[in-house]
Amino acid sequence: MDHTVIIPPDAQLEPLLRAYRAAVAARRRQFLTGLAVMAATFALACIGAEVDPALFWDQLGNFTSYFGRLAHLDSGAIVLSDPAEWFWGLRRWTLMLRDTLLMAYAGTLTGAVFAFCGGFLCSRNLVSSAKLRFVVRRLLEICRTVPDIVFALIFVAAFGLGALPGVLAIAIHTTGALGKLFSEVVENIDMKPVEGIAASGGGWISQVRFGVVPQVLSNFASYTVLRFEINVRGAAVLGFVGAGGIGEELIIAIRKFFYSDVSAMLVMIVVCVMVIDTLSEKLRHRLLAMDRHA
Amino acid sequence: MSGRSPLKAAFLADRERIALRHGALLDPGWRSRLGTLSIFGGGAALYVASFFLLDMSLSHLIGGFWRLTDIVGLMVPPTPGSWSRFYLYVGAIGQTLSIAFLGTLMAALLAVPMGFLAARNVVANRIVHLLARRSLDTIRSIDTLIWALIWINVVGLGPFAGVLAIMCSDFGAFGKLMSEAIETASHKPVEGILAAGGSRFSAIRFGVVPQVLPVFASQVLYYFESNTRSATIIGIVGAGGIGLQLSELIRVLEWQQAAFVILMVLVTVAAIDQVSQLLRGAIIGRRR
Repeated sequence: MDHTVIIPPDAQLEPLLRAYRAAVAARRRQFLTGLAVMAATFALACIGAEVDPALFWDQLGNFTSYFGRLAHLDSGAIVLSDPAEWFWGLRRWTLMLRDTLLMAYAGTLTGAVFAFCGGFLCSRNLVSSAKLRFVVRRLLEICRTVPDIVFALIFVAAFGLGALPGVLAIAIHTTGALGKLFSEVVENIDMKPVEGIAASGGGWISQVRFGVVPQVLSNFASYTVLRFEINVRGAAVLGFVGAGGIGEELIIAIRKFFYSDVSAMLVMIVVCVMVIDTLSEKLRHRLLAMDRHA
Repeated sequence: MSGRSPLKAAFLADRERIALRHGALLDPGWRSRLGTLSIFGGGAALYVASFFLLDMSLSHLIGGFWRLTDIVGLMVPPTPGSWSRFYLYVGAIGQTLSIAFLGTLMAALLAVPMGFLAARNVVANRIVHLLARRSLDTIRSIDTLIWALIWINVVGLGPFAGVLAIMCSDFGAFGKLMSEAIETASHKPVEGILAAGGSRFSAIRFGVVPQVLPVFASQVLYYFESNTRSATIIGIVGAGGIGLQLSELIRVLEWQQAAFVILMVLVTVAAIDQVSQLLRGAIIGRRR
């Protein structure tokens, strides 16, 4: 078990060591340059964003006490001591939360249908017209880049207050986001079934219906479920601009300092989002497993 | 038709036998059909029900569309109004980028220790690990806008509240990503270092960090991209940046300027996407 380490003579060792040191020095230089650039950007951004550490430090007590106030009822008792009083508006808030979920559902489904069409129309392997693909792609990009709450702001001006602008905003944003993912799925399919159908005389519609859709459906469904999960979070805050759901009530409670109401609604939203996350994860795993069996 | 495609003609001639051979494929049976139908039927029913429950009517939709076309008509041509307004908007975009950058960076820095705490293979204690995971999940499920409202109560209106809001909501996401990256990292380098007599700290520094860092860095860049989008909207609740200007413009119905600001946001986001894609390529390429 007696190992001896063979050390080469100095003449051989010298160039090896030099190369090693040079390589390490080069990496270190690269790292330091990166760090310097980062620090400079950081300083610039601090000025741009009016960051004030002193203010932060002064008010940090405010932050913790804010959560303290969230945890207390108006009477001064801690919220858990009287859950009935804490959740006094449970019926009303449940209805609003239901509206939020329905907004997310209706928006996601509408968006998914449009994305389904758009995703095929901008796939390189199905559409040969570069012009059509370009136009569809840019449209999807615009739908995706403008945040849904900006659409909601515009739609509230057009459609008035209520859930409708919220649903439309979610639908448009979802179309953009899913359309891109769908087209990526479609571009990665196996083209043999499509060619088979084309060879036996099937038209474009039957090529897509029987050649492409069976291959992509489970993936599409999985992405749509994931998007639904994201949209539930998004829908909860669309109410901030007057587009319906629990956000309308939440922003009023925050602005008017109804602390225990704020915490009750936050608890409801967080629990709801977590339940949906868990369910959707399970569902997506099953969908993808289905894909593997097929 | 069949003259053009001999394969189709052959298929049609042989149709009966093929149908017999692949009966299960052509007719999957009522049970599977019923399942599919009930899923689709249930989905569609819920969709229709949601329209009634949310008070959305067709007349409402059509009336709104007319007003929307009016608004879009008022948006062209997009113009900033005057040069001074233009500089104001450019400054606001700069502020938005600062908010996104600082929020992402600070969240990433804070998430590193948290990620190690929440990783199953670093901290063996189940309770610590579970607590860390759950609190990260809770933080993550509260939207950036809600965090912004909370921080506005603490540090007042302005971009600083926006930075803190983005930091908070991303902290949850980064912590989770980081802990997952650590859990999937190979254990062999760590064992090698421990076997050669390295301490636990050097095992993490030289065994885990080099594996995790490139993955994490590219994720952070990806989040920076998406945060420029979020940073454009947190101004709507008063947390600084271009969103503040945009919501003001929409509220006072200055549609031409609003359209200009939206276009500016689109261009900025596209530019940031390009830059971060380049950087991501450089990071992943260099370390490999």
